Amino acid sequence: MYCQECHERPATLHFTKILNGKKMEFHICEHCAKEKGEFIPGSNTFSIHQLLSGLLHGDPYFSDNTSSEFIQPSLKCERCGMTYYQFAKVGRFGCSNCYDVFDPKLDPILKRVHGGNTRHAGKIPLRIGNHLQEKRRLETLKQEMQQYVMQEEFEKAAEIRDQIRNIEKRIQKGKGE
Amino acid sequence: MSLERFISEAICPWMKKEGPDSDIVLSSRIRLARNLKDYIFPTLASKNEAESVIQTIEKGIKDQTYSTIGNFELLYMDALKPNEKRVFVEKHLISPHLAEQSRYGAVLLNNDESVSIMINEEDHIRIQCLFPGFQLREALTLANGIDDWIEQRVDYAFDEHRGYLTSCPTNVGTGLRASVMMHLPALVLTKQMSRIIPAINQLGLVVRGIYGEGTEAQGNIFQISNQMTLGKSEEDIIEDLHSVVMQLIQQERVARKTLYDSLKVQLEDRIFRSYGVLANSRIISSKEAAKCLSDVRLGIDLGLIKGLSQSILNELMILTQPGFLQQYSGESLDPDERDIKRAALIRERLKLENNA
Repeated sequence: MYCQECHERPATLHFTKILNGKKMEFHICEHCAKEKGEFIPGSNTFSIHQLLSGLLHGDPYFSDNTSSEFIQPSLKCERCGMTYYQFAKVGRFGCSNCYDVFDPKLDPILKRVHGGNTRHAGKIPLRIGNHLQEKRRLETLKQEMQQYVMQEEFEKAAEIRDQIRNIEKRIQKGKGE
Repeated sequence: MSLERFISEAICPWMKKEGPDSDIVLSSRIRLARNLKDYIFPTLASKNEAESVIQTIEKGIKDQTYSTIGNFELLYMDALKPNEKRVFVEKHLISPHLAEQSRYGAVLLNNDESVSIMINEEDHIRIQCLFPGFQLREALTLANGIDDWIEQRVDYAFDEHRGYLTSCPTNVGTGLRASVMMHLPALVLTKQMSRIIPAINQLGLVVRGIYGEGTEAQGNIFQISNQMTLGKSEEDIIEDLHSVVMQLIQQERVARKTLYDSLKVQLEDRIFRSYGVLANSRIISSKEAAKCLSDVRLGIDLGLIKGLSQSILNELMILTQPGFLQQYSGESLDPDERDIKRAALIRERLKLENNA
């Protein structure tokens, strides 16, 4: 059977679309499916998600035995019902709580996707993240202080130490109120 | 409807403005992915949950204006005809995913269509800002402002260590995708692009065709965007992309000059042949149209073709997509009919230009 779009190449994608109860059959080649940009399931959905799901399956838990779902029943998000097995299959989280539940397994995945990074270094939301911004500031100051100590520039290190104390005091005070 | 009016309604107002380096950079785009803390992500959400996500966001934003960008209009995907959705996708205002797969998907659009906020796409909220030319920093500033504005009204899913939590692990952290649409005909003609793409990939950036993942680079238009969203700040991500784009602009300019200096007649021949095809053909595929439009645009940029406006490439690349052609003719068209209609539309458009 030839592709119904180009009539040149053999049709390799066959599918049925049911839209508002109307049944439509399509037979097209992969080339046309991609090129025409028709929103055909399977034609351009070989995407990052599938690649990703491949990566997730690279988890030794899964490559060693296929019935891991039964061996590791504990990793299931109570809120949305997503299991780690499902997550590995679809490559998407079900809700924000999944991040907590699957946390022990996330680092290797995130490292692979984000060039070795596992921690956020960007924007912090203004309203809900106010205290986080102070915390982030403390972390960078502590790192700076360490550097100065290593370089034996103790005066500068002491200056930063005072800044750190001030922020810590402010946080303590905030908690006390 | 006259072609003139159709075009003026079809082309997003932001596209008509000229941006910096717009001889090479067609547009700059920033996308931020955000989710609401208390709701299951759209891919798993029930109809009720998806509906209440829209209501929550609508309640927060309704009747509010955000500084300079004007009012937002809320459009439900279910209320749009399939071809209308397709046209929105071709204008890059919504994603194919929102148009086809979302349940209770909606989009908030501002007046000049430079800002679109998709609701219930893969994530609850996707803020997108589009700027003409090379204006990544400006687009990020605007997107950040809108993000803060929304955050005052709804509770985001945010984690201290992982950042903004997204449905797909490839977006977690900043949730930021920055991309730049570039017209690089000289780098393609001088066969440098195949060497450049792998180099760009090594820097953690992705090169794609005009309609995103897996699409061919039609009309020598490439989309360059960041891959990583975690571990770097928004500003660093933008700066990395910015510097690569700057280098590409320079290399493209050098290649254009080399071509112009050493092969002017051949280049002119190619450009005017393409012009001839566009001005005279009766049947034209989208691929051929894209190729010819790219040549003609290069001719305009090099001053070889005079009296044609620069925006013709951006405009006709979008207007000759299937959705737009069907919208223009007011009926659905099969691929053969589209090729005929496309040729007619391009001829008419060029005539408009000559009369002006």
